Amino acid sequence: MAEMIKVGMADLKVCPYPNAVTTLGLGSCVGIALYDPVTKVAGLAHIMLPDSTQIRNNENKAKFADTGILELVEQMVKAGANKSRLVAKIAGGAQMFAFQNANNSDMVRVGDRNVESTKRVLKTMNIRILSEDTGLNYGRTVEFYSETGDFVIKSVGKPIKTI
Amino acid sequence: MSKVNLNEIDNKYYDVLREIGNIGAGNATTALAQLLNMKLDMRVPKVELLEFNKLAETICGEEDIVVGIYLFLEGDINGSMMFMLEEQSSHILVNHLMGRDTTNMEPFNEMDFSALQEIGNIITGAYLSSLSGLTGLYINASVPYLTVDMAGAILSVPAIEFGKLGDRALLIETEFGDDIAINGYFILIPDMPSYDVILKSLGI
Repeated sequence: MAEMIKVGMADLKVCPYPNAVTTLGLGSCVGIALYDPVTKVAGLAHIMLPDSTQIRNNENKAKFADTGILELVEQMVKAGANKSRLVAKIAGGAQMFAFQNANNSDMVRVGDRNVESTKRVLKTMNIRILSEDTGLNYGRTVEFYSETGDFVIKSVGKPIKTI
Repeated sequence: MSKVNLNEIDNKYYDVLREIGNIGAGNATTALAQLLNMKLDMRVPKVELLEFNKLAETICGEEDIVVGIYLFLEGDINGSMMFMLEEQSSHILVNHLMGRDTTNMEPFNEMDFSALQEIGNIITGAYLSSLSGLTGLYINASVPYLTVDMAGAILSVPAIEFGKLGDRALLIETEFGDDIAINGYFILIPDMPSYDVILKSLGI
């Protein structure tokens, strides 16, 4: 029986076949699902901030796009994934409140910046993004199935989406 | 260099933050009771410093629908503040304010959103004015921004702000109630220098 592994905020988990992995209520954070289609080893990271080098308190690798993706890849390789085969599906990076305050532009764009940074990091690691559901203004619960490679996205008052 | 580190906060600071939470939430309850013209008691608020991954599950489920009201603070203290209400509590408050049957759970319409925004305004305003009175500090709040969504998604906004400072967030849980329980949560997010300003103003 396949199990559903839960990933919290600023957290990451490897998901061995045939299990699935989920993170609930992504807001401005980004959920990054990585997958090796041959060994079917999957993994999910729930990052909160774009860049660990901008923050002094950066011990928790899973909190940042740069260190989080790197750490997830390492753990997946240990679990039998081949780094050169990894592909990605990403979701989240919403702007939850309609902030218009120019003084807080840093905060206004945090979702966008998380998505941009995620894409940049994946690109430098040569990991192709197969699909994404990012931005806009609503929360998302995501589930990644190692058996099929499906990334299922659920939002309030919207139909379920598979990307 | 700030004296306060949220990862190694000591009991003294913790007690002060709890007391601020207590008084602020007390004032907010009084203001809400006046607005709604109903009797509201407040339980002693719970103040907790929580790891991010436990934040949403402590409040409710990550996927439970909640109303979030967010505002920015400026003046002697800078940062932001969020007030979160459980969906059912929000319905009860709005129904009261609009003079409707309190069991009405229809989805919120435009008018309801305005009403919620006003409730948020009053609650957070009362909270901040007591913080301001207690500390003698000048605090100006922005207009409140309102959204209804999954708790996890809404909480990601203050969590990200706390995330820049450490791995924990400060949560003040308040239960209002009389015949009906209304659950609300305050999350105060001063920037790092503002912690020192608050504590210094209280003579610590």
